[in-house]
Amino acid sequence: MPTSLLSILPEVIMVVVGVIIMLAEPIIAAGRSRKPLGWLAILGTVAAAGAALYQHSLFYQFQWRTMSAFYGTVQIDDFSVFFHLLIAAIVLVILLATLDYFEGTPNSHAGEFYALMLFGASGMMFMTCSVELLMVFIGLEISSISTYIMAGFRKGQATASESSLKYFLLGSFATAFFLYGIALCFGATGSTSIAAIHAGIATTTTPHLAILAIAMVLIGLGFKVSLAPFHVWTPDVYQGAPAPVVGMMSTAPKAAAFAVLLRFLFNGMPALRPHWIVLIEILAIASMCIGNLGALVQKDVKRLLAYSSIAHAGYLLVAFSSTRENAISAALFYTAAYAAMNVGAFLVITAASGYGEESRTIDDYTGLALRRPGLAALLSFFLISLIGIPFTGGFFGKFYSFTAAMYTGHVWLAVIGLINSGVACFYYLRLLSALYTRPVTATESTLATRRVAVPAGIALAATALATLFLGIAPGRVLHLTQRSTPVTLPATPAPNPEAVQPPATGE
Amino acid sequence: MNLDHSILTLLILTPLVGAIVVALIPDREDGSKLHHIVALVVTLLTLVFTLHLPAHFDYATFGRFQFEQNTDWIANPAIRYHLGVDGLSMWLVVLAGVLAPLGVLCSWNAIRSRSRLFFSLFLLQQVAMIGIFVSLDLFLYYGFWELSLVPMALLIATFGRTENRRRAAIKFFLYTFIPSALLLVGMIWLYARTGTFDLPTLQQLAATHAISTNGTALLLCSLAFLFAFGVKVPIFPLHGWLSEAVQEAPTAAVMVIAGKLGLYSILRFSFSIFPEQSRQIAPLLIALGAIGIVYGALIALVQTDLKKLASFATLSANSFIVLGIFTFTISGLDGGAYQILNESLIGAALFILLGLLYERYGTYDMRDYGGLAARHPWMVTFFVITGLAAVGLPMLNGFVGEFLILSGAMQTFVAHHVLWTVVGTTGVIFSAAYMLWMIQRVFYGSLGLRPEEVPGWDINPREHVELWPLAVLFLVMGVFSPYWTKGIETYTTSIASRQIASAAGTPVADRPAAQPTGFVDPNLGAAALGKQAPATNKGARY
Repeated sequence: MPTSLLSILPEVIMVVVGVIIMLAEPIIAAGRSRKPLGWLAILGTVAAAGAALYQHSLFYQFQWRTMSAFYGTVQIDDFSVFFHLLIAAIVLVILLATLDYFEGTPNSHAGEFYALMLFGASGMMFMTCSVELLMVFIGLEISSISTYIMAGFRKGQATASESSLKYFLLGSFATAFFLYGIALCFGATGSTSIAAIHAGIATTTTPHLAILAIAMVLIGLGFKVSLAPFHVWTPDVYQGAPAPVVGMMSTAPKAAAFAVLLRFLFNGMPALRPHWIVLIEILAIASMCIGNLGALVQKDVKRLLAYSSIAHAGYLLVAFSSTRENAISAALFYTAAYAAMNVGAFLVITAASGYGEESRTIDDYTGLALRRPGLAALLSFFLISLIGIPFTGGFFGKFYSFTAAMYTGHVWLAVIGLINSGVACFYYLRLLSALYTRPVTATESTLATRRVAVPAGIALAATALATLFLGIAPGRVLHLTQRSTPVTLPATPAPNPEAVQPPATGE
Repeated sequence: MNLDHSILTLLILTPLVGAIVVALIPDREDGSKLHHIVALVVTLLTLVFTLHLPAHFDYATFGRFQFEQNTDWIANPAIRYHLGVDGLSMWLVVLAGVLAPLGVLCSWNAIRSRSRLFFSLFLLQQVAMIGIFVSLDLFLYYGFWELSLVPMALLIATFGRTENRRRAAIKFFLYTFIPSALLLVGMIWLYARTGTFDLPTLQQLAATHAISTNGTALLLCSLAFLFAFGVKVPIFPLHGWLSEAVQEAPTAAVMVIAGKLGLYSILRFSFSIFPEQSRQIAPLLIALGAIGIVYGALIALVQTDLKKLASFATLSANSFIVLGIFTFTISGLDGGAYQILNESLIGAALFILLGLLYERYGTYDMRDYGGLAARHPWMVTFFVITGLAAVGLPMLNGFVGEFLILSGAMQTFVAHHVLWTVVGTTGVIFSAAYMLWMIQRVFYGSLGLRPEEVPGWDINPREHVELWPLAVLFLVMGVFSPYWTKGIETYTTSIASRQIASAAGTPVADRPAAQPTGFVDPNLGAAALGKQAPATNKGARY
């Protein structure tokens, strides 16, 4: 197999399977179950994850550090393999949970949903392995367009259309910023390839243009990861979109966008660190504070988790203030931990409220522990992890992030972060204590009768175990993330000390 | 089989496995006591394991941890699974072991529905508590510290007495969680300076002034630690959560809610990692302790709600201990550490007894009671014994602790002590006042409103089983206190000897310049006391 094709094998598998599902969807009679398509999508995701692992095994076999393809626009390294696996895992879990989600809903177009999920995932994977900003842009668009459609997938509901349209309009606006950033980057350094930017930034005569480019890219990606002040879409979109989709779009595209940001800032623009670090600090503080304060007044659980996801993006961004190795390993760990617990929380919401989304507000969740003790226990566990109590993934995510920041003397950033996580536990606790309180009016809702299907149960168990594993044995994952720093390939003979294996010392 | 190298892990695992087992037994509607029985068996098993510690403890070893286990947990950052106990934590572990079966027994009838949730949370709480006492790695300790919050908050939120329970639970959680965020900052800062979370290593670094040369930063860091611990104790102005949490929480949870975790943490971590900073701040804490004694007692005096009264009595009693340990004298430290045990046992007995009253009459309002002595002769006996132990009657355990604390406070060199000692001593009078007045109002006089309506019953065999061990312990710990203090001294003298070492060592470069005038070198004082202390203690023990 040619190296070029091999290096984008996971994406190719995703797209091919997606196309097959897309073609099969209209063939299957309208009334028939779309479950087989779902299983096909799951198979495709597993195959893509397997392909990523195969790439990884090739590194070991041939002692490669990286695979480069398509004239250096795509670059596979441990960093991209990490994100490929993470995105595949998220999509896999969401697919498992949605197998029975659409059952009993006429004209659900579940097949399209599965296909869109795969297309979106392939776009995100492209983002993480591209070292050419234009390729990144293409990946970003592929993933965004799929997500726009999925956000409005509960058709016939006003909030769903609002969600989709809002996401689309604001999202297009943000990608325009990103594109503009790329153009400015080209202006400053004469290239849009990250390695060439790294080399060009040293000789540029217009560093201000480069700083402006960083700011534009930050705006574009900040929108995707819902950093304040580019977060305004988040609560509305999360509220209107189906719960499993929110679980996906609050984690996988964010992971991909953070991957781009890490590559761009630490591989492309390390020379301008003193400049962009200020932007990072401002964004981090704004996100943590606005996210947590906004969540305090929310009554709708999905809106609450939307604000919490803004805050978590802020916690993650705190890690960026550290040195290269520390920042990347902490950010990668946080991405994984956040993905596990947030997907888990949204899966519980999916299981508790179903396609119709009967349970919306905190009041609806009051007394969940009496009706569905298992679900309530799982949701409590994910909330505890989101609060950041030890022995959960969320705690170590925060811990590594703040520790990383402290290593470069950003003590106050860590202090603000920790005070924020204190504020945050107020709203998580409101939900958490509601779960265990007897409801004032004893309404026996339909929730009591709905059972969690086996695949969804497996998905829930997987996220819970992942969160627990990250909390009990974080060292193994951290070791992985420390090895997974993106490789910088010198485009020009410019000597780059980090092209040599970066020592996995970290903290 | 030699258990010495696995006993501490066993102590953590037993309740953990118990919690999982309880969680796997489904709730039944027919009022079966299966969860109660499993929890009781698990806690009794834990108690037996804890007794291994004093049986095999080497009292001749000073300043070293025993039953140590030390393996890698996480390579980077260097977090180790390091467990160990000394004389101080050993008795606290045993205390936790003793209190747990009592907690199960006193929930026997109080918890009727959702016993699965209750007992799995209760056992998790037990895991966290024992974990706190045996962890020697700062990070591991922090893990258990935070872990102790969740079950307790859920217990209050779920099994609280009134509609106010959610508020109380959230208040409790926030009050403890936000300061522990600062504790985490302090910990990470220490780690960034030293590269280790290991307590013995940090102790050595602190003794040689190798942590940092920045006096202000060290002081701030020590304050972050102290703040987190002080809220948990609670020390006087930080007690906002206590009353509501105590009022709401079920008896079994109240028994472990306050006091020993925070006080132990101050003794173990604040004092050994920040020996000098703790002394710098000591005058303030002695003052707060003295104020807390009187404040708590005065508020307790005017309460009509029995649980509120008990919660402010707890505040007052814990303030006594704060006063004692911050004198940095051997007798103060000994007395303080010993009083942690006493206070927990007395508090447990008091809350169990109040729980019994509530089970019978369904109210904590003192005005509804009265004249119960004739109806419940056994109960009034236990009430009086507990009350007398609490006010510090000689021959009972409370006296030994209070005497040592007050004599330590008179000797201390770290503060202008006499005033505060006098203020603190008045607390003894106040405590006698509220305790005896409460007994009088509940048990004597004419029959109250509730007892007229509801026929109560005297203590049944199960309740006898709960109360007799405590009553016997009050007496035994009052008479044979050396048996306990000789263990505690392995800790207190280690603090003293470390001070001697640091005083005899090289001149200190980074000692903060802004020491209060008239500050007598605490090291010299403690060194002198090190010789003098045994005599003082003998005096206290008759």
